[in-house]
Amino acid sequence: MEQSPDKNILVTADGIPLKTSLARAQRRSKFVAFMMVFPLLFFIMIGFIVPIVDMLFLSIDNSIVNRILPNTVESLKNWDPYANELPDEAVYASMVDDIKKAKKAREHTKIGTRLNYESSGFASLFRKAGRKVQKIDKPPYKEALIKTDKRWADIYTWQVIKQNSSDLTDGYYLAAFDFTRKFTNGKVEPLPEKDSIYIKLFFRTLLLSTLITFLTFVIGFPVSYMLANVPTRISNILIIFVLLPFWTSLLVRTTSWIALLQQEGVINDFLILIGIISEDGRLAMIHNATGTVIAMTHILLPFMILPLFSVMKTIPKSYLRAAISLGAHPWVAFWRIYFPNTGPGIGAGSILVFILAIGYYITPALVGGSSGTFISNRIAYHISNSLNWGLGSSIGVILLVIVLFLFILYDRIIGIKNMKLG
Amino acid sequence: MNTFLRVMTASAVMAMAGLVGQVMAATELVVVSWGGAYTASQQNAYHAPYMKRNSGIKIINDDSAGSAVAKLRAMSQAGNTTWDLVDAVASDAMMLCDEGLVDEIDHNRVLASAPDGTSATDDFGDFIVSPCFIPQIVYSTTFGYRKDKVSRPMTSVCDVFDLVNFPGKRSLEKKPINNMEWALICDGVAPAKVYDVLGTDAGVTRALAKLDTIKSNVVWWTAGAQTPQLLADGEVIVGSTYNGRLFALIEEQKQPVAMLWDWQVFDLDGWVVPSGGKNKAEVMKYLRFATDTQRLADQAKFISYGPTRASSAPLVGKHASLGIEMAPHMPTDPENAKTTLLFNYEFWADNRDDLDAKFNAWLLK
Repeated sequence: MEQSPDKNILVTADGIPLKTSLARAQRRSKFVAFMMVFPLLFFIMIGFIVPIVDMLFLSIDNSIVNRILPNTVESLKNWDPYANELPDEAVYASMVDDIKKAKKAREHTKIGTRLNYESSGFASLFRKAGRKVQKIDKPPYKEALIKTDKRWADIYTWQVIKQNSSDLTDGYYLAAFDFTRKFTNGKVEPLPEKDSIYIKLFFRTLLLSTLITFLTFVIGFPVSYMLANVPTRISNILIIFVLLPFWTSLLVRTTSWIALLQQEGVINDFLILIGIISEDGRLAMIHNATGTVIAMTHILLPFMILPLFSVMKTIPKSYLRAAISLGAHPWVAFWRIYFPNTGPGIGAGSILVFILAIGYYITPALVGGSSGTFISNRIAYHISNSLNWGLGSSIGVILLVIVLFLFILYDRIIGIKNMKLG
Repeated sequence: MNTFLRVMTASAVMAMAGLVGQVMAATELVVVSWGGAYTASQQNAYHAPYMKRNSGIKIINDDSAGSAVAKLRAMSQAGNTTWDLVDAVASDAMMLCDEGLVDEIDHNRVLASAPDGTSATDDFGDFIVSPCFIPQIVYSTTFGYRKDKVSRPMTSVCDVFDLVNFPGKRSLEKKPINNMEWALICDGVAPAKVYDVLGTDAGVTRALAKLDTIKSNVVWWTAGAQTPQLLADGEVIVGSTYNGRLFALIEEQKQPVAMLWDWQVFDLDGWVVPSGGKNKAEVMKYLRFATDTQRLADQAKFISYGPTRASSAPLVGKHASLGIEMAPHMPTDPENAKTTLLFNYEFWADNRDDLDAKFNAWLLK
């Protein structure tokens, strides 16, 4: 290494300042490191980030109205929806034109389906218009369109179209929070108590998931303690019993619970046999919330036991012995010394079980009846059955926000770095 | 050795050429259906006899009817429709027709008349629910009940709502469709007026109030296999499901279950012709044969779904393997079809979102 003219800067043999040379070398190794994680990063982008962003977008996207009815949206701009009079001839003319084009592109039923989410009847209104509109070739368009269906003479129809004509909508979120927009005056109101669905389901999901998490802890803790404190030879065999359910199909496990818990099932028959209940007093343990809690506690139990077990394994047995030899009652020693050390395992297990539980839908759908279904059952319904993806996405986004909020809360109170998966 | 090889190669090439020639001569029709027992029934009743009569036609079964809508959309976009004929439920057929992915059909021109000369449109009647749709079978959503767990046979759908004479659990599908109609009929609404009443808020409240009377005794199902299982286990005394499932439960598994056909709700399955298909002339000839009176009656030998032609009903024979008379098991049999509803596509397309929300809110109460 030589001294450069500027005595304060170190340079390498070829005269490049050491700092630059070092940065260059580091850049190369950073690049290599990046390339090594790139496949994973790419996978996460495609498989995780992109779908979530897409879901966020779907829950507010309303561009379909502007795309299929561009002229109508334009000519409705000057129409006051609350002035209590029908739009003028120009609006009807552009509607006829838009439906003709949509019919040609075979998209007129899509706009009907979209608006039907906001107000019942639009599906048939647009299907009918698509069938009849080709015959309308000269003004007055207003009369002609009303002739196809008298609902076109209803101000309400136009109020709905006008108020859903922007490219973004809050309609799906309003529905997901049990609110509704009155199109006659544009005001947003909560649904009457008897018609509300989603808020109740969110609360039920959180409540039952908390209960399930607590039960897995109560059942899982002693099991993990035993597994961690018997000789490895035995614990290896016992851990197979914990893992066995993992190797069995979820549907099989759920259906077995049906066979066990139903009113004509094994457990009820047994209870009658030993005389605890009478033939008329068969317990309803399935097709309700009880069924969901029992089946899911069983299914999620390994996710509590495994992190607890791996944390307990690392707690030196000498801690307890030291406490006892210093005069602590065994119970006090356990409670004050051993239990606090299992904290990271409890944290990890609880978070794992809780987050899995609030997203579950197959088990609640099969054993939950009407009182044991979760919010995810509604998401699944809207994604695969009613095909109202906007509403499904908005519920999904709300669920995501709740999970993130609880996660941050956990981090603030307990600290995420105290979590240990093993 | 060399000579031997040469001879072998030559003969192989000739055999190949012969094979190719044969394949070239036959027109292949790709027919898309649901697979399993259903495709088998079509193979036996339609495809095999047709190919026997027309040696130039080879029918190839494709079991992807479950994803037909999505695939037809993709094929149409790619401009390469490889399917010639597709089996679809009526609601999908209507959607495909709206989107222009399947052809409109002149039913009287394409399809055969009944043996007595009745035109195809009259013979199929109300079952032609879309100009693109050629009805094939009727299936119904109806009830089965445990004969050994009721004091007297159930004869009316209103018995399902009668907890006094028929105590015990019932299983109903976890959606408003069908349940709302039955509730209103049993609440005294004239069957012809059901959809008028259900279209009003008061009507919805009325239907839910009727369902409220049995709510605590209902097990809600989401998959068609659940009711047969619940009946077999004795969990419920009566439950709704598709009639084919109940047929299997009663005749194949010999469970003590009987049918309650009152106010069964018909739904349809039939053919649609993809717009871009390449063998349309051949497809039309095939359709004329496969949907005539005798062929529709023949299919009932293999599966317990009813023929959509009125003229087929008297021709329904015995089950091909069980050897029992199939007519009494047909949803369309006059004895079973005294009171029926046809699934109201238009009403439910408009009101499904709204009524579904109200129904689910009611379930949560």
